[in-house]
Amino acid sequence: MRLSSLARRLAGAALLGALGCASAFGQALSIVTSFPKDLTAVYKQAFEKRNPGVRVEIQNKGTSAGVAYVREAPANNKPDIFWASAPDAFEVLAKDGLLARYDGGNPAVPAKIGSYPINDPRGYYYGQALAGYGLMWNTRYLKAHKLPEPREWADLVKPVYHGHASISSPSRSGTTHLTVETILQGEGWEKGWSQMLQIAGNCAAITERSFGVPEGVNNGQYGIGLVIDFFGLSAKASGFPVEFHYPSVTAIVPANIGLIANAKSAELGKKFIAFTLSDEGQQLLLDPKISRLPVLPATYARAPAGYPNPYGGTIKAKVNFDSELSEQRYFLVSAIFDHAITFRHKELAAASKAIHDASAKLAGRNPKAQALLKEARELAFTPVVGADKVKDKAFLALFRDTKRDAAKTRQITGLEQYWNSVARKNYERAQELATQAAAMAR
Amino acid sequence: MATGPGQAGYTRAQLAAALLIAAFLAAFLIVPVGMVVYVAFAEAGGGFTLSHFESFFQISLMQESFWNSLYVAGMSVAFATLIAVPLAYFTVRFRLRGALIIQTLGVLPLIMPPFVGAVAMQLIFGRSGSVNLILQDAFGAGLPVMDGLNGVIFVEALHYFPFVLMNLVVALSNLDSAMEESAQNLGASGFRLFRRIVFPLAMPGYVAGASLVFVKVFDDLGTPLVLNVTNMLAPQAYLRITSIGIDDPIGYVISVLMIAFSLFALWASALALRGRDYATLQRGGSSLARRRLEPRQAAAAYAWIVCVLLLVLSPHIGILLLSFAKVWSFSVLPDAFTVQHYLTVLEDSPRMIWNTVLYCGLAAFFDVVFGTAIAYLILRTRLPLRHTLDFLASAALAIPGVVLAIGYLRTFRGLEMPFTGELLTSSWILLVIAYAVRRLPYALRSCMAALQQLHVSLEEAAENLGATRQRAIGRIVVPLMAGGILAGFVTSFMTAAVELSATIMLTASQSAAPMSYGIYLYMQSAAGRGAGAALGVLAVLIVALGTYLSHRFLRGRAADLDRQTQDE
Repeated sequence: MRLSSLARRLAGAALLGALGCASAFGQALSIVTSFPKDLTAVYKQAFEKRNPGVRVEIQNKGTSAGVAYVREAPANNKPDIFWASAPDAFEVLAKDGLLARYDGGNPAVPAKIGSYPINDPRGYYYGQALAGYGLMWNTRYLKAHKLPEPREWADLVKPVYHGHASISSPSRSGTTHLTVETILQGEGWEKGWSQMLQIAGNCAAITERSFGVPEGVNNGQYGIGLVIDFFGLSAKASGFPVEFHYPSVTAIVPANIGLIANAKSAELGKKFIAFTLSDEGQQLLLDPKISRLPVLPATYARAPAGYPNPYGGTIKAKVNFDSELSEQRYFLVSAIFDHAITFRHKELAAASKAIHDASAKLAGRNPKAQALLKEARELAFTPVVGADKVKDKAFLALFRDTKRDAAKTRQITGLEQYWNSVARKNYERAQELATQAAAMAR
Repeated sequence: MATGPGQAGYTRAQLAAALLIAAFLAAFLIVPVGMVVYVAFAEAGGGFTLSHFESFFQISLMQESFWNSLYVAGMSVAFATLIAVPLAYFTVRFRLRGALIIQTLGVLPLIMPPFVGAVAMQLIFGRSGSVNLILQDAFGAGLPVMDGLNGVIFVEALHYFPFVLMNLVVALSNLDSAMEESAQNLGASGFRLFRRIVFPLAMPGYVAGASLVFVKVFDDLGTPLVLNVTNMLAPQAYLRITSIGIDDPIGYVISVLMIAFSLFALWASALALRGRDYATLQRGGSSLARRRLEPRQAAAAYAWIVCVLLLVLSPHIGILLLSFAKVWSFSVLPDAFTVQHYLTVLEDSPRMIWNTVLYCGLAAFFDVVFGTAIAYLILRTRLPLRHTLDFLASAALAIPGVVLAIGYLRTFRGLEMPFTGELLTSSWILLVIAYAVRRLPYALRSCMAALQQLHVSLEEAAENLGATRQRAIGRIVVPLMAGGILAGFVTSFMTAAVELSATIMLTASQSAAPMSYGIYLYMQSAAGRGAGAALGVLAVLIVALGTYLSHRFLRGRAADLDRQTQDE
């Protein structure tokens, strides 16, 4: 065969392929989502089957990347639907005028779960599934390392769990952002951060993606992970040796779906939202690979035995999640977490190890050493931003505005740099003090 | 119509071809990269500022990322050298059975996306991976090879050492064996002989390979992401741009720094070779030059090679096991095996496989067309500024995938395609273009080499016999260059199929996703891990099959040519 003819054939095949793609261009529905392929594939298939000729395009973005994507798409070419867990991300979008009102929700869905409204009262977005946050662990790992099963967030600050837990970063994962915000709201700013810092100090890793945590627990890299419920439930359903538990400081919060303003295929988008909220659409959530909690109470009747039911009282959610508050400090919480925890994790973990060691050695004796240890704890586990500062409106506004010119970039990076260096200094000093205290025990 | 080289030294058609290529490179390389550089130095209202760089260096995280990237790239080169040098030296300079197999196996890592390797390596060498579970059992302590930066270095070194290996094998086999023999006559032997004579003479090959490893590691995004390492430059650029937004200036500053370092590495490698004469008189390592090893030495060499190969192939073994595993959690080997994952992938995602073949095939096709054209323009015409084309096309080598993608997203923001009204930035066409631009240097080198070996008298003969210039190119030049063109095609295809840096930023939707992105997507859910691994195995098979078929085709052609000449 001559090469020129080979080349011609190749070019022909390529052209055919390109034409094939273009001709398949029917009615397209474009969905931006943070959900895994397992979930989206089921909905895509079911919706396309019901609506012949319709093509569902799934665009996978992390929650914050998705928000940025919707914001930056040109006004006349926006995607149609935003579908993700974090209600605060929807608040951000609604504030920026990027969501369209729609009044086609399913009336059978209750107005509230606990005291939290399932649907946005203004109609910008709808709760599509419910999610609680909790602890997931690998049973083989716990057995091999002889660790007790954790029941509460507070358990994770115990020395036995040092180096065995993992959490993702709220700047990368909307669900982790909710978990952190739940703890902050449940325990209060100062106490919440202190607990968060102690848990993070016990973590083996702060993972990049939210799925990094369940993945690590599934394959046994980490013993325990702080995850959204369906990560744990679906892994268990897929056969992994894992368990999932809701601690009492948890909030049940809807995962939402909303129509994007100026969507290209708005009608189709509305149809899709209605489908996901319908009886049939809700039942898809029970697929073992998905394992999410439906918002439609009737659907639980068809769930397998032992399936958690937030309407039936099997989950005790102590925290009434305030999404207004969460939205106000959304970027701030992420930035603090990243600069004091994610990027300084090595120092934080070292400090917390030294503190655990010292406290074990001292065993409550030697008051002078105890004072040092107390100082070390305070240094390591006090947030870099105090509770009074978060009430400052101007300070919050600095982080809320996404438009950044050179001066503002410098102001924010200056602050971040300051937190980063303060955190590092504190952790290193805490480690020193704890080591001193431990030396006094001998 | 002028038939020979005209007074100007080029024809109108050649000029048009040159302009077309220049326009393509301008639109999809120069402008986007220029845009990135511009934004990094531009003030909000326009005008030059260094303020963004100042901000960048104020953030200690960025300083740290900067040093980490340098450290990881440097250490990866060091480890890649440790793996590659003995493999190359033993197989080329000594008589060892299975040398060819060893060299072939040594290239295998390249045909798997490095981040897929990272997933497999977690299961084998991770905190609770097979190796550490066994070590924990036996000694109560494990090896933290996969923790943090170590993990990235380990995975990258295993993935990219073939670049050093391939270049060294070529350099070593072209070495004048008289040099080695003289050294031996003068009393040098063993390590001294290697250190003082062989390695310095093979330096050009080594430096070429090592600088390539450095550039590749600096650019890699998928591996650090999968290993949860974020304090490096490529992940920071990706995180800034995707989560803060395309307007975040720090992302552009990182991009500029990444370009600077790539250029620096390539420049340093050029500098290291300048002003030294590495030419040798005798070409080709004749079999006489291959030394024999004593039995004990041979055993040691084999043992070392087997260990290295096991290590090198561990990502493949791991991913293969994972693709057949029912559940693999906190155990040395999977609990049970199944073929379900392959069925899932074939039922679920045949589109992704087709996408990879389509995108990478198209990109590689453009590459060899442009490569052949540029090679012809440079070697056979006297077009003014023709070397600029070569320079521009090769410059793509220094542009990291993340940077090119950021440039595209920014430059073509909001641009709609004719007819469909789809955004160019969310179209797969941009992905094909990114692949084509980034792989053009490889294809160009192959085409240049092929045309250099072709004597101009063959074309002159054809033209003397009445063929037009176009016909001479179509019937004589291109067919005789076929080997080089095909090699260029395969290299472009292979490397494009396993790349994730630009892919992850430019892939818009699931249905337009190539396999590399598909694997990444699958790996994001509990039930998808096995399916992702199965897709990874299929990707390796497709690339391997393509390489094998092209080798067959080349050999077939060589036989055809032989027969034709004999017949005549």
